[in-house]
Amino acid sequence: MLQLDHLILTQGDFRLAANWTANPGERIALIGPSGAGKSTLLSAIAGFVAPTGGAVRWNGQDLGPVPPGQRPVTILFQDQNLFPHLTVAQNLGLGLRPDLRLSARDRERIEDALARTGLSGFGPRRPAQLSGGQASRAALARALLRARPVLLLDEPFAALGPALRAEMLDLVRDVATGTGALVLMVTHDPDDARALGGKTVFVGNGVAEPPVETAALLANPAPALQDYLGRK
Amino acid sequence: MTCARLPPLTSLLALLFVALVTAPLLAVAGRGSGLSLGPADWAAVRFSVTQALLSAIFSTLLAIPVARALARRRFAGRGLLITLMGAPFLLPAVVAVLGLLAIFGRSGLLNTGLQALGLPPLQIYGLHGVVLAHVFLNLPLATRMILQGWQAIPAERMRLAQSLGFGPREVFRHLEWPMLRDVLPGVALVILIICLTSFAVVITLGGGPKATTIELAIYQAVRFDFDLGRAAGLAGVQVLIGAFAALAAWALVKPAGFGAGLGRESPLPAPAGWRSLADAVVIAVTMLFLTLPLLAVLLRGLPGLVDLPESVLPAAGRSVAVALVSAALTTCLGLGFALAAARRSNWLVEAAATLPLATSGLVLGTGLFLIVQPFAPPMTLALPVTVLVNCALSLPYLYRILLPEARALQADYGRLADSLSLTGWPRLRWLVLPRLARPLGFGAGVAAALSMGDLGVIALFAGDHQATLPLVVQQLAGAYRIEAAAAAALILVTLSFALFWVFDAGGRRAAA
Repeated sequence: MLQLDHLILTQGDFRLAANWTANPGERIALIGPSGAGKSTLLSAIAGFVAPTGGAVRWNGQDLGPVPPGQRPVTILFQDQNLFPHLTVAQNLGLGLRPDLRLSARDRERIEDALARTGLSGFGPRRPAQLSGGQASRAALARALLRARPVLLLDEPFAALGPALRAEMLDLVRDVATGTGALVLMVTHDPDDARALGGKTVFVGNGVAEPPVETAALLANPAPALQDYLGRK
Repeated sequence: MTCARLPPLTSLLALLFVALVTAPLLAVAGRGSGLSLGPADWAAVRFSVTQALLSAIFSTLLAIPVARALARRRFAGRGLLITLMGAPFLLPAVVAVLGLLAIFGRSGLLNTGLQALGLPPLQIYGLHGVVLAHVFLNLPLATRMILQGWQAIPAERMRLAQSLGFGPREVFRHLEWPMLRDVLPGVALVILIICLTSFAVVITLGGGPKATTIELAIYQAVRFDFDLGRAAGLAGVQVLIGAFAALAAWALVKPAGFGAGLGRESPLPAPAGWRSLADAVVIAVTMLFLTLPLLAVLLRGLPGLVDLPESVLPAAGRSVAVALVSAALTTCLGLGFALAAARRSNWLVEAAATLPLATSGLVLGTGLFLIVQPFAPPMTLALPVTVLVNCALSLPYLYRILLPEARALQADYGRLADSLSLTGWPRLRWLVLPRLARPLGFGAGVAAALSMGDLGVIALFAGDHQATLPLVVQQLAGAYRIEAAAAAALILVTLSFALFWVFDAGGRRAAA
């Protein structure tokens, strides 16, 4: 269970508070205006931003002293999710063993992950030879291999067109179901939140509100959320 | 945040490095304090400052028309010329001096011509010879730095100037002069610092009561008078002046690389008429000034290659060994410091990478001489000491080459690597070395070439069996064995650029 325990994040004038919990298998979208702190919240969970108050806990344990790579977390950034000088297979291999001493079994698992994300045969390629959608798939394939209990998505599909984005969300749901992971996904688009299925957190006015069922939230938005969505 | 702390190994290395630079300074201070410098010493101080100021002013002023011509003209070989202008930075100074002697020396090309016309000969020894050599070595560096300033003027600004009907005079007043006002003080200061500690040029072209620098006076005090107290006192003065200049540079100089490519399309208008002719003349004269002396070394040295003095080849071997060890050491340290500083700026690392700029080869050499002397004959440690001093003196360059690249790497891939637990050796193996191969190769090449061509501390320590190739060249030239000196210089310059090329090309290949 992920617990944001009276969490306070500050950076200069910026301040964000969050106090809620989320369970394995849940899928939660984070929406809200630019600069509200959605990415900062994910960065704090991933271990790149230290809290100024409260704690991020996993199953009761304070993650504060745990370095990013050892947290129960996989994060997909907006871009730069793959090392351009390594092959796709090596990029996936880093998810299994950072020293890349891969066994035959590891290589099988990499092939398998590539197959499950529709990238069979792409292992020897460099990221520059992939399309944007294929690069996103490769990053998701690595998340599949790492199989960490929390999957953080910091708008990794923002540069993709609507059809590809919907495809990626399907894949995210597959991966999450396969690994039983809790998914937290930053997005600008309420349609993405609907497509992810599950709950939504509205981030605005310095607070990340507790997650609410997406359908209910969007059907009956609070004034701040209403302002963000625009009156239709 | 666990990822932001300085790794203990890096802290230790930075501390050791700071100690390596400060221990000789303390030794110098301990031995030299309370010492009164005589009139000859003060003359050396005055001459040091005068020649450095004149060298800096002439190099900078002469570089302005060259940089402008290169900035606004397009011609075949322009890119090559700009690349070649990076070379004198790595050219061993003894080789440059030999070349200048061949052109401007007593029986050189120029004086032969003057004699044929019945005119009195020009004298190259003394102040003007030292300044001439420094201009030869630093004009290209100044040109490249000023050229960067010209190319940094935004294209939009130039378009606006053209649409307002500016002529060349208005363009100069409103666009070029403000740029030059910003860039020139920094350029002049960098060259001033380089010339303050110049040794190889002064030992050949200077000397005597009228043309002795502090560095040369230190050398003479140690080598001829064995007056270590006086050497220490002089070294102290050198450090004070160097520190003052380095502080001024730190306050004034914007970071200007000498390694970056300059291939961007220039927005500068290229005025026709007499200005076009003037630019052509400026470029042609500069090319002649920079290439003729080297051509002369080549022509004089080639016949001598068949009959090399015995001392040359062993000295070449020692020089290559010193260059390789010092390049390896400097590159490892520079990379460690740059990676640490890219994560979080750290005063210890910053101090380690800046401190050597205030010192010189002879200052560090004197200090190490004082430290070593009670325990062992300094001669036996000549080569290890040379490696250490070369490493200390080239580290600031390496650090400044690697730091921006390390910062970019950290910004682009630091979080991804952290999130994958890519740390320690695997991070070096799979992320840092492949991504930084190009600047690492370039930096190692610079360190190797600088170390290969350095004539400084080795002159202080070496006996016949420790001499490096630059020292042998200098000794041969000092004995007027010009052909043998030119041949040895040819080998030296070939090895220097070969080492640079091997590392640089290796880095580029590894990055591809």
